[in-house]
Amino acid sequence: MSEPIITFNKVNKWYGNSFHVLRDIDLSVKQGERIVICGPSGSGKSTLIRCINRLEEHQQGHLTVDGVELTDDVKAIDDVRKKVGMVFQQFNLFPHLTVLENLTLSPMWVGKMPKKEADEKAMEQLKRVRIAEQAHKYPLQLSGGQQQRVAIARALCLKPKIMLFDEPTSALDPEMIKEVLDVMIEMASQGITMICVTHEMGFAKAVADRVIFMDQGQIVEQNNPHDFFNNPQSERSRDFLSKILGH
Amino acid sequence: MSAQTFQTIAPRPAPIKTEGVLAWAKSNLFNDWKTALGTAVVGAVLLALLPPLYRWAIANAVWIVDSDVCHAASGACWGVVREKFRFIIFGRYPFEEHWRALLSTTLLLALIVTSCIRACWKPWLAAVWVAGLAVYFCLMRGGVLGLSQVDTDLWSGLPLTILLASLSMTMAFPIALCIALGRRSGMPAIRSLCTVYVELIRGVPLISVLFMASFMFPLLMPQGFSIDVLVRVLAGITLFAAAYMAEVIRGGLQAIPKGQIEAAATLGLSYWQTQRKIVLPQALAMVVPGVMNNFISTFKDTSLVAIVSLYELTGAMGMAMNSDANWRPFRIEGYLFIAMIYFVFCFSMSRYSLWIEKQVNKSKLR
Repeated sequence: MSEPIITFNKVNKWYGNSFHVLRDIDLSVKQGERIVICGPSGSGKSTLIRCINRLEEHQQGHLTVDGVELTDDVKAIDDVRKKVGMVFQQFNLFPHLTVLENLTLSPMWVGKMPKKEADEKAMEQLKRVRIAEQAHKYPLQLSGGQQQRVAIARALCLKPKIMLFDEPTSALDPEMIKEVLDVMIEMASQGITMICVTHEMGFAKAVADRVIFMDQGQIVEQNNPHDFFNNPQSERSRDFLSKILGH
Repeated sequence: MSAQTFQTIAPRPAPIKTEGVLAWAKSNLFNDWKTALGTAVVGAVLLALLPPLYRWAIANAVWIVDSDVCHAASGACWGVVREKFRFIIFGRYPFEEHWRALLSTTLLLALIVTSCIRACWKPWLAAVWVAGLAVYFCLMRGGVLGLSQVDTDLWSGLPLTILLASLSMTMAFPIALCIALGRRSGMPAIRSLCTVYVELIRGVPLISVLFMASFMFPLLMPQGFSIDVLVRVLAGITLFAAAYMAEVIRGGLQAIPKGQIEAAATLGLSYWQTQRKIVLPQALAMVVPGVMNNFISTFKDTSLVAIVSLYELTGAMGMAMNSDANWRPFRIEGYLFIAMIYFVFCFSMSRYSLWIEKQVNKSKLR
């Protein structure tokens, strides 16, 4: 058994004074593990994964990512962000840069990689997400599914150890969801640690090692997908599953 | 359901004519009774105004340089512009040295035009500006290479307008950028400093800023220490324009979605890298019309320096007219002439603004 790559130890977070969004979160993620987090909206799923690369800061408890504890220390934050890639619901591509420039920006400016090398590496990633022919277009000229695949390729250019997905398919038309999920499934087979907030239960069944169900800032239940879907332990998760799988 | 046979429909002409002068007039001028009424009213006003204007400006106008003929005529006296042309354009700058002002201003305009071309937005442009301005000041001020010295208080007319406007705009822009970023800074001290600056400057008229720069500032300086009036006025206009421009730029910064900054953060970009590569390129592209608005009003605001005894285009025109009793009655023609000059510059700026807006927003085209 390898050391956990991410550890949440009694992590608490509040928005303002009164909204207790994460409550006593204890969680450890093993290297190469693929985790799907689900739960009703407002349950703290997104906040939880956004804490991992410090887009949100927690106020209590300890959060360690690949041996580095996240504190106010800017150096530690930079360190962690180099190891963690993130894909957003709204893609967040840079609209004023071409697809290729979106991918090479960080390798060239943060990684100090020469342009030629960065371009080559970026093209490799674009081929991996099957979108190389769009390299010189601008993001807004692509469909939603294509944009999200570019966003995945952009995150992969940093060679992250951990990939975070924050509802990557929620803003997509139904017919585009599959092309994005296919890319993610392929990634999952390559041993990268993945944490994915999603309601795509088919994806969870296909690739997840563990499903985590959250409600009201707490982890209610976690289990392997087979047992989670067939035999949910808590009343709350049974109710949730009946709603999203019911139709 | 039985199978249907496909039949081609032959093209027919449109039932209503949509092309040609008559069709255009019908759809644009007499669409319904309200439009027709509007057309009639505007038409009547034009009919009442245009003939007298034509008689004054062209039919009865005097084009020769003769003030007696002008006094007798009922129309405009364009001769005054020919007579006073060089005084209006160059003001108090020594007559025999006008070529120097002309040459240096042409150089300055060439610098400005070069800076307008996007392909020239490279680091070497700064060096070209430094070199260009050095040549400019040598030519304008003289005192070197056998050129007679012309002190800055004699610099006037259109060259002074162009100098004040272009230098204050180029300096105001980076200051405005810093203030706009400062007002969104996470550091409270910087944020309040920038806010106080903007509110203070916006709270007073430009005239009072110029007045302070010109008359109050020297009183605060130690004895025997003085800064050239041109420099002080330039600083006043620059700081004034920067406060307004900062707010326009801040508007653009506010419009950048938070997700852009988060994406940059997850990619490991630092604060300055994020601003430079992600936020500013998008924000500035959005505020082109607003910033150009600032530029155009700064260009025209330079006419206010007359109150501190610097005679740029407007001041030079007034001086040229007032100094000669023969031609004094024809200031209107003089004002129309400089209005035309202002218009040419401002209109060029607004056309350029449209062009550059298209250039920087190319990525939004689908």
